[in-house]
Amino acid sequence: MAEAIIDQAATPVADEHHEGHYTSLGLSNMKLAMWLFLGSEVLLFGALISTYLLSKTRFLTELVAGNPEVVAGISNDENAELVNEMITKGSVEPLFDIPFTSLSSFILLMSSLTMVLAHKSVTEGNYKNLRIWLSTTMLLGATFMAGQVYEFTTFYREGLTYDGSLLGTAFYTLTGFHGAHVTGGLIMLGSLIYLSFKGRMQKDRAETVELVGLYWHFVDIVWVLIFTIVYLIH
Amino acid sequence: MAIVEQEPLALPAGEPSRSARPLGVFSRPRNTTGLKNWLTSVDHKKIGIMYGVASLFFLLWGGVPALLIRLQLARPNQGLLSGDAYNQIFTMHGTVMVFLVVMPMGAAFANYLLPLQIGARDVAFPRINAFSFWVFLAGGIMLNTSWFLGGGPDGGWFNYAPNNGIAYSPGIGIDFWNVALMIAGFGSLTGAVNLITTVLNMRAPGMTWMRLPVFTWMTLVTQFLLLFAIPVLTVAQLLLLFDRRFDGNFFNVAQGADPLLWQHLFWIFGHPEVYLMILPAFGIVSEVIPAFARKPIFGYPFMVFSGIAIGFMGWGVWAHHMFVSGIGPLSVTAFAVATMFIAVPTGVKVLNWMATLWGGKLILNTAMLFSIGLVTQFTLGGLSGVSHAIAPADTQQTDTYYIVAHFHYVLFGGALFGFYSGLYFWWPKAFGYKLNEKIGKWNFWTMVLGFNLTFGPMHILGLQGMPRRMQTYDTSQGFNTWNMWATIGSFILAFATLSILYNALVSYLGWRRAGRPNPGPDPWDARSLEWSIQSPTPEHNFDVTPTVTSLDDWWYHKYQEDENGVLRRVASSKELAQPGNGEGVHLPAPSYWPIIVAFSLPIIGYGLIFSLWLCIPGVFLLLAAMYGWSLEPADDLDQDHHSEPEPELAQTHG
Repeated sequence: MAEAIIDQAATPVADEHHEGHYTSLGLSNMKLAMWLFLGSEVLLFGALISTYLLSKTRFLTELVAGNPEVVAGISNDENAELVNEMITKGSVEPLFDIPFTSLSSFILLMSSLTMVLAHKSVTEGNYKNLRIWLSTTMLLGATFMAGQVYEFTTFYREGLTYDGSLLGTAFYTLTGFHGAHVTGGLIMLGSLIYLSFKGRMQKDRAETVELVGLYWHFVDIVWVLIFTIVYLIH
Repeated sequence: MAIVEQEPLALPAGEPSRSARPLGVFSRPRNTTGLKNWLTSVDHKKIGIMYGVASLFFLLWGGVPALLIRLQLARPNQGLLSGDAYNQIFTMHGTVMVFLVVMPMGAAFANYLLPLQIGARDVAFPRINAFSFWVFLAGGIMLNTSWFLGGGPDGGWFNYAPNNGIAYSPGIGIDFWNVALMIAGFGSLTGAVNLITTVLNMRAPGMTWMRLPVFTWMTLVTQFLLLFAIPVLTVAQLLLLFDRRFDGNFFNVAQGADPLLWQHLFWIFGHPEVYLMILPAFGIVSEVIPAFARKPIFGYPFMVFSGIAIGFMGWGVWAHHMFVSGIGPLSVTAFAVATMFIAVPTGVKVLNWMATLWGGKLILNTAMLFSIGLVTQFTLGGLSGVSHAIAPADTQQTDTYYIVAHFHYVLFGGALFGFYSGLYFWWPKAFGYKLNEKIGKWNFWTMVLGFNLTFGPMHILGLQGMPRRMQTYDTSQGFNTWNMWATIGSFILAFATLSILYNALVSYLGWRRAGRPNPGPDPWDARSLEWSIQSPTPEHNFDVTPTVTSLDDWWYHKYQEDENGVLRRVASSKELAQPGNGEGVHLPAPSYWPIIVAFSLPIIGYGLIFSLWLCIPGVFLLLAAMYGWSLEPADDLDQDHHSEPEPELAQTHG
């Protein structure tokens, strides 16, 4: 024990979890830190989702009450029909294309499956499969992002601008923040693939893949919440 | 337990081969002395000292606006400061004191002491630790550059919407407040992740939860509060950033927005914030009082659980800052009850400190006096705090000097007195010499006098109805006398606060003249593990990781019960202490990357304020530095295991 503490670098990695070092909880420091960071992210998204819910409700109340500034904020030359529908329904639902977003949500959720397969491959030492599954994950994530770009463009054309209305500000900020998190994940996945090609992402580094996976699953779970709260409950 | 960052990604996986060229990493800094060593150090002790120096500097820097406020208010109808200047001055006073003084001072003690108290060689992520400090400093410097780049923020430290919007504050001061504090917030967040991981995972063998020193416990609770509170503030600041820079509507009433959202987000952060400012000081006092009452802490489990209870309940009282904002009778009642309730665990702590003092052989040195000062003055501040929980009374007190008196009693009379106690207590451990007791006692008594003379009268002024944040008052309002006393007190307080620096200098010179005598490993005959190693702390902390068998383990090595059940000293601290021989110890290597990553953030910050083009080089630098960091091995693999510099050498820059 004492030797292991005095000279960590010389201590062989003997643990099946590849933790490398003795820790009080038996969980590696990196993994613990990642969980703590994700715990903090829960509060970040919690505050953003609350802000969205409040803003949407306030926006709809004012819209239905016919506040001229709010109506003007969401209207452009061509969307009179859409705005009328929102007012009569008292809902933001007419704006959304639920089947399209359902499909892109499905694609993002499938990327969690491929991420798990990537982690499984690296623990088995199958580096070709590791790269295949990491690339698939990245591709699925990128497809989701492409869907979000398409969706943002459509909404913008339909009259939902960032600075025009409270709804626009809140919607683009919340979903944009999630998109930024996905983009960060894509960068990490790309880095893993690069390192794997360089031969530096092998069995004893499986935890690095696992950590990126934790982050990736978290971002997916947040999307499940956003999809439910923003798109399905209007 | 020493170097627990992951194996370097830059090297081929498998057995680390020293001949393989790492990817994209340039040679590492190897300096052990001098400026470059401080800039690249990942040693938790050096980082703790840098936190302390920075927060003491900001204490003086944030004290200047405080004195300007008192000068302006010394007499009625003075024109020393314009209304606009006054707004900037009180905003910066509050912001600097909260974010750049009290928070980093807590971080200073946490960084220095946490690994020592749990018997670890360093924190879990030494480079992230360095990053936390540098990013705090980068944010703090950026905030203060607002004075030279278009004026300071003027919305108060709480910065309420819609007053913080571009319509009411068209300058760029509030953007500085917003962006710079967001940057400093990254430091708190990464620091929290790091220190929680350290306490959870790097305790010495036998250091179970109920054997952790109270300071470690309180710091752990503090870091959890930071972990969950900082992201909420970050969201509030992002909303404000988008409103101000990109025409968002989050607080735009014309578009139907509810500006009360800001108050909710801010105080959901802000109330845990006030507890995370006081809890480290509570921890310090819980170490100092047992040491000088010559008794173990009374009711250790109650001390721990009341701290945890404060941590949890701190999340349920935020709306007592908002009793006059029209949140409705149900909310007011619920938050009023919760606020009264949170006084209970705090009261438990006060009673336990008193019970520790009771019947002890008190040694009334400076550290002890400052701790007793905290217990007394914090209790006064706590009592005025409970009076805010009575909502009808609070309706009268809100935005008066009564509130100003309350939070200065808890934050200055409480937190800062606790930190001063800690400085006097741990100074020999960090620097190898004791502070002068005579000057220390002058320091304490002038501080007590100045503090109570400054903030005591504010209770009366507040109850008389003097509003906060008003630039002046009229003689017909009857505020003259007490304001004059407060101003006199504030100058006494300023000199008292400064006198610790004078003390440090005089004590150092006296120590040097006397031929640098070593104070020994355990100058106070204290209880926790940091006293079982040499002073100043050797660079490698512990020669051998201690094995812990009880609470106050170190004490029970020195003292054991004889056949009559009386504690008797069985060995001297000198005999028991580890000799400070670091041969064969391998420490995490210094790194350039933390400071580079930290200072790439203000470039992006200035870009957000002045021109988005500036963000591009900032983001590139940030990304490049992050890659450099993650590819760099945590250990310097080219360097053979070297023997550590002698402790005497270490103290020249310690």
